[in-house]
Amino acid sequence: MIPLSWYLILAAALFCIGMYGVLGRRNAIAILMGIELMLNAVNINLVAFWRYLSPQVIGGQVFTIIVFAVAASEAAVGLALIISIYRQRSTVIAEEVDLMKW
Amino acid sequence: MTPVQGLFLVTALAAVLSAIMVVTSPRLVHAALWLIVTLAAVAVLFILLDAAFLAMVQIVVYIGAIAILIIFTVMLTRRVMADTGPQMNRLWWLAAFIGLVLFGALVALLAQMPSWWTATPPAATESFELIVQDLGLSLVDLDRYIIPFEVASVLLLAALIGSIVLARPPADDLETGEGE
Amino acid sequence: MSTELLVWLIPLPPLLAFGLIILRAHRSNRVSTGLAVGAMVLSWAMGLVVFGQAVATEHLGDHPIASSIPWLPLGPDVLEMGVLIDPLSAITLFFVVWTCLAIFVYSIGYHNFGKARDAHDKPGLPPHAGGIDPLYARFFAFISLFAFGMLTLVVADNLLLLFIGWEIMGLCSYLLIGFWFGKDSAKKAMVKAFMTTRVGDVFMLLGIAALYISTGTLSFSEILRNPETLHHLAETPAFLGLSMAGLIGLLLFAGTVGKSAQFPLHVWLPDAMEGPTPVSAMIHAATMVSAGIYLILRFFPLLSAGWHPGEPLTTTMVVIAAIGAFTALFASTIAVAQNDIKRVLAYSTISQLGYMVAAVGVGAFIAAAFHLVTHAFFKALLFLGSGSVIHGMEHGAHASHDHVDPQDMMNMGGLRRKMPWTFWTFLIGGLALSGFPLITAGFWSKDEILASAYGGNQPVVFGVLALAALLTAFYTARQIGLTFLGEPRSDAAEHAHESSRVMLAPLVVLSIFSIAAGWAGIKGDFPFIGGSIPNWVEEFLAGALVEHPAEIGFTFPPLLTSLVVALGGLGIGWLVYRRIPRGGTDPLVRWLGPVHRILRNKYYFDELYGFLFVRPAYWFAETFTYAWVDRRVIDGILHAVGRASLRLGGWLRRAIDVPVVNGFGDWVGESTKSAGRTFRVIQSGRVQAYLAAALLFTGLLLSFLLLVRP
Repeated sequence: MIPLSWYLILAAALFCIGMYGVLGRRNAIAILMGIELMLNAVNINLVAFWRYLSPQVIGGQVFTIIVFAVAASEAAVGLALIISIYRQRSTVIAEEVDLMKW
Repeated sequence: MTPVQGLFLVTALAAVLSAIMVVTSPRLVHAALWLIVTLAAVAVLFILLDAAFLAMVQIVVYIGAIAILIIFTVMLTRRVMADTGPQMNRLWWLAAFIGLVLFGALVALLAQMPSWWTATPPAATESFELIVQDLGLSLVDLDRYIIPFEVASVLLLAALIGSIVLARPPADDLETGEGE
Repeated sequence: MSTELLVWLIPLPPLLAFGLIILRAHRSNRVSTGLAVGAMVLSWAMGLVVFGQAVATEHLGDHPIASSIPWLPLGPDVLEMGVLIDPLSAITLFFVVWTCLAIFVYSIGYHNFGKARDAHDKPGLPPHAGGIDPLYARFFAFISLFAFGMLTLVVADNLLLLFIGWEIMGLCSYLLIGFWFGKDSAKKAMVKAFMTTRVGDVFMLLGIAALYISTGTLSFSEILRNPETLHHLAETPAFLGLSMAGLIGLLLFAGTVGKSAQFPLHVWLPDAMEGPTPVSAMIHAATMVSAGIYLILRFFPLLSAGWHPGEPLTTTMVVIAAIGAFTALFASTIAVAQNDIKRVLAYSTISQLGYMVAAVGVGAFIAAAFHLVTHAFFKALLFLGSGSVIHGMEHGAHASHDHVDPQDMMNMGGLRRKMPWTFWTFLIGGLALSGFPLITAGFWSKDEILASAYGGNQPVVFGVLALAALLTAFYTARQIGLTFLGEPRSDAAEHAHESSRVMLAPLVVLSIFSIAAGWAGIKGDFPFIGGSIPNWVEEFLAGALVEHPAEIGFTFPPLLTSLVVALGGLGIGWLVYRRIPRGGTDPLVRWLGPVHRILRNKYYFDELYGFLFVRPAYWFAETFTYAWVDRRVIDGILHAVGRASLRLGGWLRRAIDVPVVNGFGDWVGESTKSAGRTFRVIQSGRVQAYLAAALLFTGLLLSFLLLVRP
């Protein structure tokens, strides 16, 4: 009933919104939120493809679980980094962490 | 329009709108809460896609852990970020442009696959429980996905240790109860 | 060992001695002496062996001892170098090796070998107290080189090799005249000698070139024994009315005029007496000046080409005879007024060489060659004897602290008692020079010249030569009287003593030759004794020419004339000069008055030449060439080029080097830096910007790949 393409379009939309958040927001935590959106979009894609193209292969769901694990660990480390930087520099604005500029 | 399609549309709309709110909210805590809404909508989508276990995991891990973690971090870094001042950096227009272009490109790509625009998912194969059982078994089966499973656990361990180390206060700043 | 090989080897030992002494042995006087004298003994021995072989050869003129090697390829021809011993060179070789050996041995004693070196003696100045000469070894090196040159000249078979020997001797003469280079007079004399003989050598070189062009060869046998070549040369007209033979002959004779100190190039020989006496003896009496005579004797067929005995003389021969006769008389007049013992002998040499030249000029080949041989012996004897006298005077001066000029005859006198050996040998030499009858060699050779002049119908030449002979006898008697007879006129002469044996032995040997050499040339039809000894000289030398010269029969007038002038001159001189007292003056000064002053100043020729040639040459060198051309023009050009280069360089630097080259370098650096500054803004440190850029470009790439190039 629901064509595959609808899920895929939704996932694309979420991905692009997430990318806008990553590239456009100043606060580092907001950037991380954008990253989480993008990862969720990826998960939707994976599950939709699993359901519509090869539902008997459980590998689709396994892939999604792995993505979950990765997303979790990455969020944890990222936030730990933000806190560490906050402690050093007293800022969470990504633009202000520019010591690697010329 | 079948009820399932309507449910889908509502959920999708909710997801997109809340996502937009995530990336545009001036106040971070609001953005985090909108993120929770989005994650919940995604969980509903998982249920629609017969991936019940994943929906649960989504709620427990993403909403229950990651989103809460984000809120904690927002709280911890609040002093500086007074939620005033511009939320978008100088290149926001470029980011919007890229996003739109990418979306357009992806849609255009999808237009190349007419078979995906038809409506039929394949028949439901087994019941939920069997799928979940199969998922669980596959993760520990020596012939199937045990290795990714184990590697993922190692990754989580590394992330755990790493984040503890990274988030430690500096040595001369050690207060009781904070860090080790 | 074949004779030809011996001939090649004759000049070599002295050359080796020269080389060894110069390079290594000069530190040891003993080794140098040994090398030089040993080498000369070797050459002497080889020379005598070759001479013996030559004498034993029948018709040596037609079958000379000859050998040649190809030496220098000149286009299709090859210049050959070689040796030739014909009668003329054989007899020259004989007297050259004897006189050179005698002089080498004499030099050992003359330079005081064996005496300690006086600490006050400086190198380049003569030792003043009888110490060994500081530059003893150098002397022997130079005379060895000289001996090499002379022997090369004598054995040469072509004009080029002869010229090489000629020039080597010229160099050695220069070096040896200036042996005591500390004396300013010696320095001037050495340059004067070299320059004056150079003038002659230039013309000689022209003659050699002309000869080569005309005949294509320089070999003696090819030119001089080939009647066709001579005839061809005699017929080819050159310019000034001369034939080619005549012109070449005159040009070659110019070399003789220089080398044998004939008028007008005679001015160097008296000044050459600045050198040590052995040098004067060897170079300027016996050998080098004889080389000039040897040249014209050798080229007699060319000089007299077109002439036959009895005919009038060719132009060339007239010129030669005139110069010779004039020089003979001219020099003897000057000798009469000289007080330096060596100067008298120098002018005497010039005069006697004039005799020989005149003889060649009138066609008396054999007489000239004969006189050449005898003159070498007695002139060498006289010079060595004068050296002994000078040594004795120096010892006397040192002993009596009476430091007068040891060479001035007015300070001598009475030396016959103090230096008997020197006296008797000198007397023999002097009598030979004057032509004392019968027992001296000089008589026979001089008489032959007078006879040839008379017999060849040359009254002018005869008269002039006779007058010169009179003066020769007179000044010889004057010299002997002033030096040996009477009483000592100075303390130095009082305290003189005889020289060492090593100096006296050569004197004795040479005096034997001065007596005996003449007896080999007694004419067949001489009254009483003619015919008792064969006229070996005439027979032997006649073979040297293709056309045997006609025998001059004996006639009385020349004999009487020579007896009169010889005995008369000797007698007058003895009478006047046998008892000049201490402090007395020369009677000739009173008798000749102002003429004497002219004679004593050598007719002021040196001053004339100085004015005409020397001062203009100096002016030309100092002012024109140096100050104007060299400093102003050439240096001016150089400085101008330098300045222009500097300016050009400066302009290049300012206009091109700094802006363009440096600018380019700087521009590369600066542009890199500014490009860097421009581009580095990309690295903003903001991760989001990096991400955005990456996505953008990835998107572009993907769209390119998918759309444009699917």
